[in-house]
Amino acid sequence: MAHVDDPSRRRFVDWFLGGSVGAFLLAVLYPVSRYLVPPRAGESAAGTVTLALKPDDVKPNSGQIFKFGSRPGILVRTAGGELRAFSAVCTHLNCTVQYRPDLSQIWCACHNGHFDLNGKNVEGPPPRPLEAFTVNARGNQIVVSKGA
Amino acid sequence: MSPAEEHGALWRWLDRRIGLADLEYLARKKQVPIHRHTVWYYFGGMTLFLFTIQVATGILLLFYYRPSAEEAYESVQFLMAEVEFGWLIRSIHAWAANLMIFTLFVHLFSVLLLGAYRAPREVTWFSGVALMGLAMGFGFTGYLLPWNELAYFATKVGTEITGAVPLAGPFLRRLLRGGDEVTGATLTRFYGIHVAVLPALTTALVGLHLFLVQKHGMSVPLDVERAGGPARTMPFVPSFLLRDMVGWLAALAGLAALAAFFPAELGRKADPFLPAPIGIKPEWYFMFSFQTLKYLPPRILGLDGEVVGVLGFGLGALFLLLIPVLDRRAARGERSRLFFWIGVAIIVYMAVLTWLGYTASATK
Repeated sequence: MAHVDDPSRRRFVDWFLGGSVGAFLLAVLYPVSRYLVPPRAGESAAGTVTLALKPDDVKPNSGQIFKFGSRPGILVRTAGGELRAFSAVCTHLNCTVQYRPDLSQIWCACHNGHFDLNGKNVEGPPPRPLEAFTVNARGNQIVVSKGA
Repeated sequence: MSPAEEHGALWRWLDRRIGLADLEYLARKKQVPIHRHTVWYYFGGMTLFLFTIQVATGILLLFYYRPSAEEAYESVQFLMAEVEFGWLIRSIHAWAANLMIFTLFVHLFSVLLLGAYRAPREVTWFSGVALMGLAMGFGFTGYLLPWNELAYFATKVGTEITGAVPLAGPFLRRLLRGGDEVTGATLTRFYGIHVAVLPALTTALVGLHLFLVQKHGMSVPLDVERAGGPARTMPFVPSFLLRDMVGWLAALAGLAALAAFFPAELGRKADPFLPAPIGIKPEWYFMFSFQTLKYLPPRILGLDGEVVGVLGFGLGALFLLLIPVLDRRAARGERSRLFFWIGVAIIVYMAVLTWLGYTASATK
């Protein structure tokens, strides 16, 4: 067979092989990258929860963590006796906050963030207030719902 | 006498098939310069030794560990309480991890302060910085595996920090967590990363790192080079290797003592519906960054404080990686005062913030 040194043929073969390698990599990487991204679980639809706590379980100047869908919430009884509820997820880096009776504040142990009893960030690194929930005490039940 | 004559028949048989003479030549060729900074040469090998301890004890832990939110804590509890020497294996794994990070830091900063990253060893430095990143990844992913309270919140915070990365943050956070929250899915993911992905990457990079060390030989500090070079050298095999091994034996004895007197703790099982415990803190090598995040105000120049923090640490890591390229003087074979003092400043910053992390009151 005669030796062929046609630059256009060479270009075609280079392009063809390069394109095949690219297509092969794409065919491997696309499913792998999609595989690594977790499927979106149904967003916790809970807009309202009835707590396992009874109103008497929460003493004045104390707080309790409760389950709000898949995330924690915090139920606080102020020294004046009023019940309030917030998301217990710190707006800084996602730790779970707790009630500090010595300060009458909500406090995050992770990076020392403080919130007042309206959920407002008053000290430390948290950039935003805690999300506030609506609390309804109906007889012996506490119902907490999203959106003021 | 040629190598073929001084060895027996088995050696010659193997040599013809796998080339032992070439390996022997390589081993004999390697010389270690002797000068007043020679002591720093031992820390790379020490780090590698501790890594092999991690591989060995890690494999042993796999025989009992169960990677799920329901069983992980209980399986570690069983390992510590029921399995003979389970406490020893786990405690050595935990202690060797800490010591490995420590010797890695010593190795890295000695290379930095002595300017050993200068040409032609830039790629050795790049692979070393990447190995540091992998070691910290090992620490971060391994910390979660016992599924205890401290681990749970450390992981929540650590993965939330990736969420502060501009643009890609929320996606990266989901990718790391295997969902929107830290759950059993995160544990499974971290387990896979800890026992498969990171070991594979580390093995490849350590191979490259060692190949380059072998290729270029030991770096001689500039001030020694200026003074006419090291007066003497010693052969790596056996002189330096034997000294290495003395250090390794001492480290092993130290590990056994630490494991016996200060066994690894387990704490309480992670509960997503309990508040973060008072005095929560990360592993000591993340302490300086943890403490920095505590001091950052909520908003800096219109950005959230933690975004600024993450950007700062990201840029810091990039700067560390690129030092061989940025240090123009070292590239020309001159001593760089500036980069020496930058190295000192990094050490001082990390030391002070770490100290504050352990001493500043957690509740004020």
